This record gives sequence, C-alpha cells and structure tokens, in this order.
Amino acid sequence: METILTINNLTKKFGYLTAVKNLSFTINKGNVYGILGPNGSGKSTTLGIVLNVVNKTQGDFHWFDGNISTHNALKQVGAIIERPNFYPYMTAYQNLKLVCKIKGVHQSKINEKLAVVGLLDRKDHKFRTYSLGMKQRLAIASALLNDPEILILDEPTNGLDPQGIHQIRQIIKDIAANGTTILLASHLLDEVEKVCTHVVVLRKGEKLYAGRVDEMINSHGFFELKAENHQALLNALESHSNIGNLKVEGELITAFLNDPMSASEFNKFMFEKGICLSHLVKRKESLEEQFLQLTDNQ
Amino acid sequence: MLRLLQIEFEKLRYSKASIILISTYFILLALIALFAMIKFDIGPIKFHFAELGMFNFPYIWHFNTFVAGLLKFFLLLVIVSMVSNEYSNKTLKQNLIDGLSKKEFILSKFYMVIAFSLVSTLFVFIVSLILGYIYSSYTEPSIVFSDLEYLLAFFIKLVGFFSFGLFLGVLVKRSAFAVATMVVLFFIEFISYAIVSGYNRGTELSDKIYQFAPFKSLWNLIDEPGSRLSAVQAMAHQVGEDLSYDYAVHWYEIAIVLAWTSIFILLSYLLLKKRDL
Repeated sequence: METILTINNLTKKFGYLTAVKNLSFTINKGNVYGILGPNGSGKSTTLGIVLNVVNKTQGDFHWFDGNISTHNALKQVGAIIERPNFYPYMTAYQNLKLVCKIKGVHQSKINEKLAVVGLLDRKDHKFRTYSLGMKQRLAIASALLNDPEILILDEPTNGLDPQGIHQIRQIIKDIAANGTTILLASHLLDEVEKVCTHVVVLRKGEKLYAGRVDEMINSHGFFELKAENHQALLNALESHSNIGNLKVEGELITAFLNDPMSASEFNKFMFEKGICLSHLVKRKESLEEQFLQLTDNQ
Repeated sequence: MLRLLQIEFEKLRYSKASIILISTYFILLALIALFAMIKFDIGPIKFHFAELGMFNFPYIWHFNTFVAGLLKFFLLLVIVSMVSNEYSNKTLKQNLIDGLSKKEFILSKFYMVIAFSLVSTLFVFIVSLILGYIYSSYTEPSIVFSDLEYLLAFFIKLVGFFSFGLFLGVLVKRSAFAVATMVVLFFIEFISYAIVSGYNRGTELSDKIYQFAPFKSLWNLIDEPGSRLSAVQAMAHQVGEDLSYDYAVHWYEIAIVLAWTSIFILLSYLLLKKRDL
C-alpha cells in the first residue's frame, strides 16, 4: 500500500516536559485516521512537527517516499491546525489567492472549493467579518485548494455551535467519501468514531494503540440482558464458559464475552435452561468505552 | 524569486495601513522639491534655498539622498509590521503549513526590503534629476551624472536599515515593541558613543570604533552635506574655521553596512528556524 506519512521514534521535549515520546506510526493512502487522546497528550505537537512548524528533538519522519523536502511535500497536503489563520484585512477570495501562490495551484480552483464549503456568496467579504464557523469552513476550502493527497484536521469542530459542528462533519464525510486520506485529531470520540477507520491513541505523548478502530481492544462484545427470574439468569450465566465478567445494574445484567458467540446461539442456550429473556441486546463497546478501557489499563 | 515577491506583494497591497504609510513616504520624498521654494526675505537677510546652490549638479545627489535618508522611518514601520503581523495573525504558521519554507519566508521579506530600497532610490534619482535640471547652474551630462555613488550609498543604507527592522520584527514579534527596541538600541549606541568620544577628545578613537556600530555605520554612508555648500564654506572661512570634511562614499563604509545586513538576515533565519511556532 502507498504510504503517505511515516513517523519513526519521534520525540519532542519542551524543556523538562516531554510532549511526544518515541512515537512511531504510518499513514497509508485511502484510510481515514483519527488521532485520539486527552488534551495535552501530544496530538497537536505531533502534527506541528510533521507540518514544519515545530522542531523535533529526536527521531525522524518523512512524507510520501521520503525523496521530497518537507516544505515541498506540504504543497500536496492540506492542513488546518487549531484556529483558522488568515489575513484579517483581506477577503476570502484574496486570502485563497495567496494560498494558491504559495502552493503553486491555479486560481481557477478557488470558486470551486468555496462552493464545496458553502462560502461562495461571501467570497468578497473581509475575513475579519466572518463568524468562527465560516472561518473554519474557509480554512477547509483553503486546505482543499490543491486537491491534497491527505487532509489533516486538528480539532476542526472546536468552539463551534451545534450547527457549525454538523456542517463541518458533513463536509469531512463528503471529502472522505471521495477517497481522500484524512488524519483527524480530536478528543471528541464520537466524532472520530463516525468517520475514522483507523486510530492512533496517545496518552502523555506515548502511543497506546495504532490500528483499525474495531480491533482496538480484544473484545467479542457483550450482551445486555433482562429476565423475569433474575437469580436464575445470573446462575446460568455464571455456569457458561463463554461468559466472563458480569455487571449488574438493577434489573439489567451486562455479560461480557470471552469467546465469540452469536445472540441466537445465546438465546437458544437460555431457552434450554428454561429462562425466558425479556431483553436481549448484543453490542460492541463504543469507541468511548474502548478508549477509557485502554487508557485506564495502562 | 519572482514568486516570493508576488506573495509578499499580495499580502501588502490589501493592507490599508501599509498603503497609507508607503504613499506618505513617497509624497514626502517628492516634497523635497518644496525645499527649492523656501525663501526668507526678512529685511536685510535674503535667503533662497535654490540659490544657495543646493540643487546644483552633482551636489544635489548628495543633498537629496541625505534628506531622503531621514524619511526612511516611514518605510521602517511598514517593514516591521509586515513581519510582526505575520506573528500576531499567526499567518506565518499557516504559510509554513501551506508549503512555504522558513528560508523562503525570510527571503520573501528580504526581497521586499530590496524592492522598497530600489524603488526609493529610483524615485530619489528621478526627483533629483528633475529638480536639478530646473535649478542647477550646470547641466552638462558629464557633471549631471557624476557623484552617482551617493545613490548607491542611499540604496545600501536603506537595505541595511530595513534589514535591521526586519530582524527586530522577527525577534520581538510586535511592531510597537520592535520599533521601541530600535529606538532604545539607537540611544544606547549614541550615548555610549558620546561617552567614549568625550573621554578621548581630540583623537579619532571613538569614530574608529563606532564606524562598526550598526547606526553609526549607516550614518557614515552619506555624510552630512550642509557644510559642503559653498555659502556655508565661505562663511566658515570668514570666521577662520576650516570645514574641509571627507564627504566621499568609501568602499569600507559600504562593506560594513553590507556585513550588518547579512548578519541581520542570517540571524532572522536562524531565529525563525530554531523557534517552535
């Protein structure tokens, strides 16, 4: 598979603080990646390093096949980190024209990309008159100008109102649907869960996990169960070899699986034991639950 | 190089404050012509600048580049804000992310410094040429186009001064503070020079040392032209003072300023390279 970004043993120290510790991972073409981690876990620092604005302390990284200088590689990358930064006294169109000059892209792309983010009718207004949501959308348009190989987004919905968040998410989904590789840093897990296929989980600058979202923790899922005869259900569960931990919250019993087992198989087993279930749901852990489990374990 | 200049030009042309400062600067430069109109006529004292011979070729090159050099402060503000605004708007970060290298960033600013200096020099050349042809007593081409080294000195002086401003803009990141820093540095140099020369009265020691200092080296490029006027010379002669200075532009004066220019630009680059944004 074609690699876009390779990071090897990257370390960044700010004085005594180690913001990124010996981090390695690879970004392949065509996937949607999420970088997860609580605030201050080194997400933005890592992105800053690969985007040429933060100096690394140790380790190395390279874009594409490694035969291209970082600043030239960045011309094929679209990135937004933190707040949108543009010249306040220039209009949206003038700002994008400048970006075109820097990236070496033809100006004919400007209107097309402004249309993608729905700002075409405001293109001749000055940047400083924009709302935060509009600024963020302009930043996305700017990042898309060069039809990038990879789109990097750092907390793209931070500080937006629900409507703005929804708009940005929709735009990201549309871009992902076109096959563009995306790297999305966020501490909002449902955001990552909705769009990402792969995740890198960071905590205090260290990598906890990198890989597919659905393989993040070794889990076969769990059942949520209710029955008239509560005690009989508990006894039956304890006797079954596939069932590991049990969690009881009032009427609701959560049974975690040690080995794979389908809901119908389980239902049949219960029926043989003479227990009639009034509630049966098989689920996998949400990303949030997986994330908490992962960060708590270590 | 053209690409970098274009990028800088795009950034500047929409900034109202910069446009106003730049226009003010060029209007003031053009107003040098007004010196020619100054006439005092108070009873016995008759005084007309143009008749003092200050617009005579080739002296006009010296006089006009000296006066124009005093106006460079306006463009300094443009240069400093051009750099520090990139920090305060965080657009420097965005420029780098968009694929400009740190080296290209500094270079684009430096090219702008050169462009400003070149345009100013050209402007002064044209204004002086016109003024000279109106007021000068001699208009033979061999005289008109002599002493042109003052224009070269003027150009170098601007490049050196603006590079200093560029460096302070990168160092301090805030326009007002950068300009204040420059003023403070100026006074430090000026006062220490006064002290050193006070202790070494009668020798040239202080000048020998301070010709290497940034402000003094800029000042030395174009010597003060007033005492060179024949009228002033004559007056001085009557009171028994000899004012025969060395007015020429020397190669080593240019070399010192060029050295400072490279130091400022190199330091700006190293500073930017080392910084996390």
